[in-house]
Amino acid sequence: MKLRFLLFLALPFIFLSCGPSESPVSRAHLDSILYMGNGTEPQDLDPHVVTGVPESHILMALLEGLVIRHPEGLDPLPGVAESWDISSDGLTYSFNLRNTALWSNGDFVTAHDFVYAWRRMLTPSLGSKYPDMLYDVVNAEKFNKGTIKDFDLVGVKALDDKTLVVSLENPATYFLGLLAHYTTRPVHQPTIEKFGEIDTIGSQWTRPGNFIGNGPFTLEDWKLNKVLIVKKSPSYWDAKNVKLNEIHFFPIDNTSREDLMFRAGQLHVTSTIPPEKVEVYRKEYPDNIHIDPYYGTYYYRFNTDKEPFDNKLVRQALSLALDRRQIVDKVSKGGQSPAFSFTPPDPNSYYPPTTLDFDPEKAKELLKEAGYEDGTFPSFELLYNTSEGHQKLAQAVQQMWSVNLGINVTLANTDWKVYLSRQSVGDFSVSRAGWIGDYHDPKSFLDMMVTGRGNNQTGWSNSEYDNLLIEAAKSTSRLDRYGLLYEAEKILMEELPILPVYTYTRIYMLHESVKGWNPNLLDSHPYQFVSIEQ
Amino acid sequence: MIELILKRLATAIPVLLAVVTLTFLMVHSAPGGPFDAEKAVTPEVLAKLNAKYNLDAPLWEQYSDYLFGVVQGDFGPSFRYPSRSVTELIMTGLPITFELAVYAILFALMLGVSAGILGALKPNTAYDYVPMTTAMLGICVPSIILGPSLILTFGIWLEWLPVGGWGDMPGDKILPTITLGTAYAAYCARLTRGGMLEVLNQDFIRTARAKGLSEFRVVVVHALRGGLTPVIAFLGPAMAGLLAGSFVVETIFGIPGLGRFYVEAAFNRDYTMILGSSIFFSCLIISFNLLSDVIAASINPKLRQ
Repeated sequence: MKLRFLLFLALPFIFLSCGPSESPVSRAHLDSILYMGNGTEPQDLDPHVVTGVPESHILMALLEGLVIRHPEGLDPLPGVAESWDISSDGLTYSFNLRNTALWSNGDFVTAHDFVYAWRRMLTPSLGSKYPDMLYDVVNAEKFNKGTIKDFDLVGVKALDDKTLVVSLENPATYFLGLLAHYTTRPVHQPTIEKFGEIDTIGSQWTRPGNFIGNGPFTLEDWKLNKVLIVKKSPSYWDAKNVKLNEIHFFPIDNTSREDLMFRAGQLHVTSTIPPEKVEVYRKEYPDNIHIDPYYGTYYYRFNTDKEPFDNKLVRQALSLALDRRQIVDKVSKGGQSPAFSFTPPDPNSYYPPTTLDFDPEKAKELLKEAGYEDGTFPSFELLYNTSEGHQKLAQAVQQMWSVNLGINVTLANTDWKVYLSRQSVGDFSVSRAGWIGDYHDPKSFLDMMVTGRGNNQTGWSNSEYDNLLIEAAKSTSRLDRYGLLYEAEKILMEELPILPVYTYTRIYMLHESVKGWNPNLLDSHPYQFVSIEQ
Repeated sequence: MIELILKRLATAIPVLLAVVTLTFLMVHSAPGGPFDAEKAVTPEVLAKLNAKYNLDAPLWEQYSDYLFGVVQGDFGPSFRYPSRSVTELIMTGLPITFELAVYAILFALMLGVSAGILGALKPNTAYDYVPMTTAMLGICVPSIILGPSLILTFGIWLEWLPVGGWGDMPGDKILPTITLGTAYAAYCARLTRGGMLEVLNQDFIRTARAKGLSEFRVVVVHALRGGLTPVIAFLGPAMAGLLAGSFVVETIFGIPGLGRFYVEAAFNRDYTMILGSSIFFSCLIISFNLLSDVIAASINPKLRQ
């Protein structure tokens, strides 16, 4: 009887005796399948509806714009457009579309497809969240805001099937870069209209079987919260150079699980690394851990509508009392560099003014000058959304302000949506923020601080700053433009409605068999340049 | 019996109505809305989106519209995943969560009942102490610790089993089943031991033994019937708890079940999804409790009044 019971007890463990299995990554060089950790479950695959990074990774495989991002972060490469001419005043772009560009159902990709896609994105009733990507185009903003109804007035025209002409309000020297962003890529009109109207959100056209794209891959399968599979597209114009057969995107929002999957050979590349493991992995997996520069800034916002943060001296004092080097070395510890400007410095193009300093003595003087003697500064709240990283950083800052200035800061840790809504209604004193540039240009940072912009959220307004940005937009020379933006950023760093803390890095694990995955500021890795070797 | 079922069903209606109303009020009073995002949405776009999802109507109108839809079986579209309806999301996650819960409960019964019987047959010996202490540990160790420990041991060090997924690779269902089932196995063990100890001391067991029946027959055929009553009563709430509470295990192992949708919906302020899954889980809990009452009543006549 005892034996029977023991057998009974052991039954579940008999299952365990399965032998070790070959991991997907170890056989990937044979079938050329890339396994990718991709953060959260994609909301949808409609380029005019989604806003997230995971969606952008998938759309890079499924849709192709006029240009594509350079795998090493240099100037954009030809995509659907084979070549283009820019008028000498920088206001007119004519794109020549390649004859070999096809949709995945065999239709030709035409200039009309782009006109339709841009019209859709700008249609007010669609409620796209990224229409401003096209606001440089003549009348695009007016059409999107409903002040003009006729799309023919908007500066995008198909001269014939293969020629697209775009007229700009300003000579936006970064315009080509915008055309690599997923929001400006074409969509297949017959498919969209088969499943809904031009302004229908959430119709079924994005499902496997329905999705018609023009990218190097086609949508093969989409298992909710499990995996999304794309397959090499035979109709892609450059299919002969696409080396991957499939990409499997795994929605894994739990960083520890993603880490375990990588270590068990189920992923080639992760979306991040648990912060506490960064140091260990630098020693244990020096060939796999990647810490790449990233076009993003971690910063704090001041509510300049509120006392005492309406006083520039106070904001300057708080900045001077912040030891950013200490923060990146001892707290964030992910290879970040201290941020002394809002725009991340890029030695190859725009290099912002970096005048911020750590000087607690001067900070005390400024605070005194602002009318706050020792210990009289009112205590305030530092708002951040729940995350271990934000918490640690907030504690460090709390400590620095307390030691260097004798200020009492309380920490307010709230859930993501509460945090967002408190910021948007101005119910905060100081709050944590972060921004990743959508395109490689200082405008993607500096424009945010223009009076009244949705993401300004500090209440700060400076007409000189606003005018410099307007002037910069009119400039046809890249260097002149950078000069004007430099002046604007100098004002921003003098006024300090925001307090830059560090420049982000992209930290992830990458299997050594993956080739062609180059570090670049926008963390963009066009899959047609990626391969898997033994 | 039919009276019992009818009575319970009649009380279920006000309970469900209360769940809908309270949940509706709570989600709408929570700060932040479904369309708040890091990249601030302009007031014009927000107005369009609110109009699209009927969020610009007065609250009572939204409530009555919603209720009207629910009665017709329409839970509306998800705000977070615009191309999917709440029903589709629930129906995608449910079979997986259900499968996981069934495996976990089977695992719990197999392990728990055997350990409980062993303990009851040899009370106050090592056969009793070892499984019962282990059971106590099983109750105490949360799945958030057990799961990663199992993954580290069997997935990373021994490389015997996959570290996550569901039905993608052979053996990937084993670790989640054990992780989710262990605490319930421990409860089953303690409940079985208690129930069996009580039954084993009764006269009919002595009679069975006196008739010369084998010990196996005495235990499995005669004693287990009465001894398992507490376990059966526990099964209904346990099943409901497993279905609604598999979130942690689903997250640890990356299982695309319902629990993850439910919790994420709350973080995303996906109003329709929160409401839909709350109603759905309430119905499940009510049905499982009813089911276990019916089973318990049919086994034990004393409970039928």
